[in-house]
Amino acid sequence: MSRYTALAPADREAMLAEIGVSSVEELFAAIPAELRLERPLDLPQGMPEQDVFAHLRELAERNVSCDDELSFLGGGMYDHYVPALVDMLMSRSEFLTPYTPYQPEISQGGLQVMFEYQTAICELTALPVSNASVYEGPTALASAGYLARLAGGEGRFVVSAGVHPHSLETLRAYARGFGAEVAVVPLRDGVTDLGAWREAVDGATAAVFFQNPNFLGAVEDAQALAAVEGPVVVAAYDPIALGILKPPGECGVDVCVGEGQPLGNRLDFGGPSFGFFAAREEYLRQMPGRIAGETVDVDGRRGFVLTLQTREQHIRREKATSNICTAQALNALAGVVYLSWLGRRGLVELAELLLQRTHYARETLCAIDGVEPLHTQPVIREFAVRLPAPVAEVVERCATRGVNPGLALREENALLVAITEQRSRADIDRLAEVLREAVAA
Amino acid sequence: MSALSDTRTGARDGRPPGGTGARPLAETAQQRERARTIFEKGAPGRRAFEPPALDVPRVDPDRLLPQRFRRSEPARLPEVSEPEIVRHYVNLSKRNFDLDSGFYPLGSCTMKHNPRLHERVAGLAGHARLHPFQHPGRAQGALELMWRLERALSEISGLPHVSLQPSAGSHGELAGVLLSRAYHEDRGETRTKVLTPDTAHGTNPATVAMAGLEVVKVGTSPDGGVDLDDLRAKADESVACLMLTNPNTLGVFDSNIREIADIVHGVGATLYYDGANLNAIMGITRPGDMGFDIVHFNLHKSFTQPHGGGGPGSGPIAVSDRIEPYLMTPRIVRLEDGSFDLREDGYPKSIGRLRGFQGNYGCFVRAYAYICSLGAEGLRDASETAVLNANYLMARLRAVARYLPPAYERTCMHEFVLSGAPMKRELGIKTLDLAKRLLDHGFHPPTVYFPLLVEEALLIEPTETETRETLDAFADAIRAILAEAEEDSEIARAAPYTTPVRRLDEAGAAKRPVVRQALPAADGS
Repeated sequence: MSRYTALAPADREAMLAEIGVSSVEELFAAIPAELRLERPLDLPQGMPEQDVFAHLRELAERNVSCDDELSFLGGGMYDHYVPALVDMLMSRSEFLTPYTPYQPEISQGGLQVMFEYQTAICELTALPVSNASVYEGPTALASAGYLARLAGGEGRFVVSAGVHPHSLETLRAYARGFGAEVAVVPLRDGVTDLGAWREAVDGATAAVFFQNPNFLGAVEDAQALAAVEGPVVVAAYDPIALGILKPPGECGVDVCVGEGQPLGNRLDFGGPSFGFFAAREEYLRQMPGRIAGETVDVDGRRGFVLTLQTREQHIRREKATSNICTAQALNALAGVVYLSWLGRRGLVELAELLLQRTHYARETLCAIDGVEPLHTQPVIREFAVRLPAPVAEVVERCATRGVNPGLALREENALLVAITEQRSRADIDRLAEVLREAVAA
Repeated sequence: MSALSDTRTGARDGRPPGGTGARPLAETAQQRERARTIFEKGAPGRRAFEPPALDVPRVDPDRLLPQRFRRSEPARLPEVSEPEIVRHYVNLSKRNFDLDSGFYPLGSCTMKHNPRLHERVAGLAGHARLHPFQHPGRAQGALELMWRLERALSEISGLPHVSLQPSAGSHGELAGVLLSRAYHEDRGETRTKVLTPDTAHGTNPATVAMAGLEVVKVGTSPDGGVDLDDLRAKADESVACLMLTNPNTLGVFDSNIREIADIVHGVGATLYYDGANLNAIMGITRPGDMGFDIVHFNLHKSFTQPHGGGGPGSGPIAVSDRIEPYLMTPRIVRLEDGSFDLREDGYPKSIGRLRGFQGNYGCFVRAYAYICSLGAEGLRDASETAVLNANYLMARLRAVARYLPPAYERTCMHEFVLSGAPMKRELGIKTLDLAKRLLDHGFHPPTVYFPLLVEEALLIEPTETETRETLDAFADAIRAILAEAEEDSEIARAAPYTTPVRRLDEAGAAKRPVVRQALPAADGS
């Protein structure tokens, strides 16, 4: 008996008697004998809570986290400060332990959070509709592909090479399923090659996909990329950069998706976080996932419900706009609480700070002998530099000095360096010092 | 005299407070407090966040980001202080029912207790603040944890290879169907159909469509299992896969599973196990031993993740040797020196990647902690107790079989289905009304109107972490509601009365969708 089940032997006996059987074994009579596992599972013995804690802590200690080194890793997930109130609210039982609000009368808290979250995402993107979250960034992009497919296009997908490689791979795997061809348009000086883009998009293109800022940190000319006739225009955005970037809804983007981790979510070695998904009004009924809507109760009180459920798998089955059921409600809660904490001015201030510090970091690193920018495009929070020594070795040398200089881009022998508000000028100077010695070694 | 007049009442206070829906009642304090969003609170100039000082030489921002790329107005986010945020969301939280406060027998969702230990260990900096692009050599604890979890899931499922990548059950299903497709294509076969029982979760057919295949429904036999004749008639060389849940969504273990597997394998198709109901069989029988090729787990169900109001979840899959070459990348490998690595290259037949990074690692930490706590014996005990609790509750509800008969008169597994059809006919209250009245009794209702096969269905899954007293109280509440309906069915029809809001206009919400707060135009401040 484990500590999470509450039946004493006497309970079991009384319950078996009520059922009218003499043993628990009898309840499993429907399972044929030849299918029974006639041995215990080959797993370690159960452990008391304190021992499990010690074991999990020991595993944790064998990871080098952002607490243990000066880290400039980014590439889609960023070490932003998560305010204490986010932790506090996420750990409240009332948010932590219910499931999808199938019974709206006792789920107004969660439903209103979804509604507020949707509002915040609409504000960030300047698009009129948002869902209540999908799994994470790359699947959000791939789901936008499925939306484009359902919206009527059997044609191919044209994708900028500036899209996060994980998003591109996920889109490819999804598209292989529903049968869309994927063509990739290369970058030129760090941004999507506009000439090649325009050439690649034709009457048979169902959707186009780009990312802003792109994987190399460069700000794309979203308006130029979105100025294509016909296809659904899908763009993945960094939500923090949206503090100062012209919103996709004003650039001609039809569907804006993105990785929500930077909004109050932990790194968690890659998940759980959330994906956001906003679109033009005409795609409302093709959106994947849950959507909260405002309504009134029988007495006229304002309330919220899951709405437009006829899009969803539990109603529409094979005609559903997505198979998604469980999404990332708790992580989306962290997102909207974080955005409220930043507030209207705070998001702008944060993004402007990153803009300044990132510029400083780029200049400082490029002053090192042999280190040069991989591209010269505007950057907001991340940039790439080419190194004069093998990048893998440079990263290892920096690691011995407690600095993680960024993500190694092996093909370009470059480093992708991310800045957050938690990386001060002194930290950047330290990075430059360690990197200088590492590339010279 | 009512058949239920001897019923015990007052499990919780379930009276309509002072009247019925026909007669408006005094509002509760919570009902009086009308919903206001965070966007309707605060005032210009209020703030919670204080940015760090600019510590680098300031450069003209327009030089760094040209004006044509800039947004002209700040996003209209709330302007609120920290105390306002805390009070707003704490008060909102009180408008939720949650598992920590009460019984949540939501069928097919396995709402078992969420140990707080899991939150503590997942929050350790070494796990929570580990960057997903950290070099594998400096993430050895995480990779070992994932490797150990993979091995444990392999043992529990009886299938040798595991990928932890999928983000939820439905995502695991997509992985499974894409793998099945890749397997057939690699053999030069184009198979276009996937068989799913008519009892299947909606995610199954939706997944099949997303994977570019066609759904073919298989019927259910009178005892609740797969209709073998129908299966034989539909299983042919055009079938890629059969997706099955066993025990199925009727709470019935299909004893013919070996024969089903033979039929499916006989036409060269694969057999997919929807692991939503794994909580019934851990340590007792294994999908791999039943003949399944691909299994998905719902870590948030069987291995107890907090459900978060609708996620996060996690949906790892386990596969047989013949499916392994197609499994997603990256994969976790254990090297000869005992260290661990993430590997992307060397899997030319892989279907690739289905999401970013390595999956929902935070969920892996919790699931692994759970397996460590329970061990082999504890997992088996969890399943046995889940089945015991379900059968006990079903037995307790025999007293109301006149109105709510079980859909199948047989021993159930970890959940069971009642039909509200006689209740609707004789008392004039629908399953929905019963569910809404349960809210006044302080219970989360069961899953309603699923499975689709059963008229006015209630799918009840108590889980192993509930006490006998709780199950008794729930059974008593149902009896009380039915007894009350015998006297005055309008009470249930207009329920609930005590919740923060009462029945909501869902049709209106869908007809005129309002999916975000309308905000005043920016004033440029």
